[in-house]
Amino acid sequence: MSIQFKSITELNKLLDSKAISASELTQESIQLAKKYSELNCFVTLNEENSSKRASDIDRNKKNTSLLSGIPLAQKDLFCTEGLKTTCSSKILSNFKPPYTATVVKKLEDAGSITIGKTNMDEFAMGSSNETSFFGSVHNPWKKGFVPGGSSGGSAAAVAAGIVPAATGTDTGGSIRQPAAHCGITGLKPTYGRISRWGMIAFASSLDQAGPLARSAEDCAILLNSMSGYDSKDTTSLNADVPNFLEDINQSIKGKKIGIIKEFNLSDLDTEVQKRFDESKKAFENLGAEFIEVSLPNISASVPTYYSIAPAECSSNLSRYDGVRFGHRAENTDDLNDLYIKSRSEGFGDEVKRRILIGTYALSAGYYDAYYKKAQQVRRLIKNDFDQVFKSIDLLMTPTSPNTAFKFESKGTQNPVELYLEDLFTISSNLAGLPAISIPHGQVNSLPVGLQLIGNFLREDQLLNAAHVFQQNSDFHNAKPNLENF
Amino acid sequence: MNWETVIGLETHVQLSTKTKLFSRASTTFGASPNTNVNLIDCGLPGVLPSVNKEAFYKAIRFGMAIGAHINQTSIFDRKNYFYADLPKGYQITQMDLPIVLGGSIKILTDDSTKIINITRAHLEEDAGKSIHDEFDGFSAIDLNRAGTPLLEIVSEPEISSAKEAVAYMKAMHQLVTYLDVSDGNMAQGSLRCDANVSIRKSGDSELGTRTEIKNINSFKFIEKAINFEIKRQIKVLESGEKVTQETRLYDSAKDETRPMRSKEFANDYRYFPEPDLLPVVISNEEMQKIKDEFPELPTEKEIRYQNEYGLSSYDAQIIASSKSMADFFESSLTGVKNYSLLANWLIGEISAYLNKELIEIHESKLSSENIAMLINRIDDQTISGKIGKSIFEEMCINGSSPDQIIESKGLKQITDDDSIEKVIDEVIENNSEQVQGFKSGKEKLFGFFVGQVMKKTQGKANPQTVNKILKEKLAK
Repeated sequence: MSIQFKSITELNKLLDSKAISASELTQESIQLAKKYSELNCFVTLNEENSSKRASDIDRNKKNTSLLSGIPLAQKDLFCTEGLKTTCSSKILSNFKPPYTATVVKKLEDAGSITIGKTNMDEFAMGSSNETSFFGSVHNPWKKGFVPGGSSGGSAAAVAAGIVPAATGTDTGGSIRQPAAHCGITGLKPTYGRISRWGMIAFASSLDQAGPLARSAEDCAILLNSMSGYDSKDTTSLNADVPNFLEDINQSIKGKKIGIIKEFNLSDLDTEVQKRFDESKKAFENLGAEFIEVSLPNISASVPTYYSIAPAECSSNLSRYDGVRFGHRAENTDDLNDLYIKSRSEGFGDEVKRRILIGTYALSAGYYDAYYKKAQQVRRLIKNDFDQVFKSIDLLMTPTSPNTAFKFESKGTQNPVELYLEDLFTISSNLAGLPAISIPHGQVNSLPVGLQLIGNFLREDQLLNAAHVFQQNSDFHNAKPNLENF
Repeated sequence: MNWETVIGLETHVQLSTKTKLFSRASTTFGASPNTNVNLIDCGLPGVLPSVNKEAFYKAIRFGMAIGAHINQTSIFDRKNYFYADLPKGYQITQMDLPIVLGGSIKILTDDSTKIINITRAHLEEDAGKSIHDEFDGFSAIDLNRAGTPLLEIVSEPEISSAKEAVAYMKAMHQLVTYLDVSDGNMAQGSLRCDANVSIRKSGDSELGTRTEIKNINSFKFIEKAINFEIKRQIKVLESGEKVTQETRLYDSAKDETRPMRSKEFANDYRYFPEPDLLPVVISNEEMQKIKDEFPELPTEKEIRYQNEYGLSSYDAQIIASSKSMADFFESSLTGVKNYSLLANWLIGEISAYLNKELIEIHESKLSSENIAMLINRIDDQTISGKIGKSIFEEMCINGSSPDQIIESKGLKQITDDDSIEKVIDEVIENNSEQVQGFKSGKEKLFGFFVGQVMKKTQGKANPQTVNKILKEKLAK
């Protein structure tokens, strides 16, 4: 029996009925990872430890969690004790953390099994997974095409059916955009919903962990385990965590969905536009009402984000200096030389570019014009959202302006071209709001994603709307043809 | 030409919290290198700081004591620079919204008091330590100190001499030890300062160009470093040149200041709000609790010592001026009847001994129980004051109790009139020549007789009794 492409709920039933053991399931998952190694989803496979953990779980049947015995993949920026955690960077290519991230610990405490660490854009900086030190990841739907980024390895592993779900992080769209490009479901929760302890920082005030899975329901299962206040991350929210499965089936009749006036959808590819209009109709058929709303400052999202995120990154990445851990250059003259050589050798171009931009934005004389101004605009954008959520339940946009593109076709000459990929996703990071991407069809045999943005801490509404949509459509069940890999 | 000196001090006070400012690692001094270090202190990827509220409570207590405004909402910022003993590549400090704003400190100079205004005091983490001379061809890093909480207190430029700067630091030392916000140990770096020094022509309203002398950690060096710097700047200006704004180091071996390499301070620190920490909010309840638990300050103690224990204002002031002395006084009080005698001993013998040894009382072998016992034995005339001094010397060496020493050495005072009279009779009998001399008017010989009696009793005879009986006998 193949477990490929099966959902968590399906796998859980098989485990419960003893049609399969956790050991067999883990074994199969690892075999699939090896079989599709050409996809380049994984930086590290956790073969030995995961089979040990699986047999422990088989022996000890007490765990009744839906995640018990389920193989998962973790984005390679979540620290895993004793297991390499590289951020897909040369500078951490041999880093074995002495501790485990809260997110991974919570998922493992629920009985899941980490089968490996997934490829990503270096330090999560990128939208195509091409900045990885370990090479590009192929989109399972089309060889030689990007899976999106930065959580590209996680998205491709789920899309290829290697694991039913994986973790990702989203700083400006890094869960939702690859989920869209790979035809799966990806959720970025409210900022603070999930602990950042052990999650290697890119931009602290924007980074948020979240699940990538085959359906909204599976995302809800992961979110149930991942959420909650953590005293080790004092920016995490001390808010009640509902059972996200509880109201997931509720009717969405009468729900008000906003369409953002400032996003001129007529500029989009006509096919992408067509998918969007069709999904709008589908939601109307399910009883939702659409309202055009205005977020006057939202068009400033991309420049705002590209001032704040690099600024924080330039400071967060200062600790990679070759002194205590990570890559250290050889034959250096003095301390300064050690810094310069270790960092020049250890970081890739995109990371260097963002460190430079961020250092500039924080410099004396420029701080007020860039970083401070960006924070003020960020506040305005957040206020716009607060205003519209007084009269609506959800917002709906495309996840990405385009479908997946060919390797090395975008951003190589002009990085800004690639930054515009994040147009629809960035504003919810700036405002700290939850957002989900669900597949809603294809254009030229490549998946297209639909984004729903929710109000503060209202992941339940997002999951509910997405689930009801998926109960009434088949887009999320589409499977790529993997015979070329 | 008359020159006027303008000094502002930045004082770093290490707060005496059990754990670090952003981690739960211990702050104990003197541990083996890199043992008081956890994941957060060494800045591993993925770690996050969490605030130690105890450091805030101590900072607020300081702020309240100097009459400052307390920002009940304060924020942390990052100060970015690269150095090998700065694990994250930035220091977490407070820039725009420090916990303490304003306030003032009263300092005592030779003949008067002066108020020095405080600009601000903010919390920040200390860096680790680089060790350059222990390993051939390598530098070593000890992160034990990394993350230790510091309160940086910035004064207004209102200090006008090296002497005043020392007085300011002494007042600061008294305050932070009294408030129990720091152990104030300068040798271990718990209290150190940077001095911003400039000079200008007397009467000028504009400030001259300043230099900053970094990291001075003793009262003596503060005075010497500032005086050196004042003389140097006068020389520069009088030769028609200009003072360069720069950071200088004081070299105590050569007694001079010299510029640090410009590389070491030419930094753009790129301050921005620390995104890993929310603003720290201190509730009104917490503020009230700090007020309720406020320790007694020196001036309050002075008044209480006079009222409750009848000490003279001079004695009360001297004892109250040092936290460790006042603590010792108060813990010795139990069981002592003669408070003035205790005060006299503290200010006299005990202080003299501590000054000679250059230690604080808690570092000596003296316990408050033993001192109380000594005072009581003198007070109840078991021993004389003079014997008391010799017992005290032994207590200082081995820490034994006065009763033990009295017992083992048979030092109990002879107070009964009969025994003393017997000795006096013997002395008079054996020294008829001196008796004649005394009676013929050589009254100074009285001391000779006292000496003889003391010699025969090994100093144990009660001096008052000896005087009384001798006078009677010699008058006959």
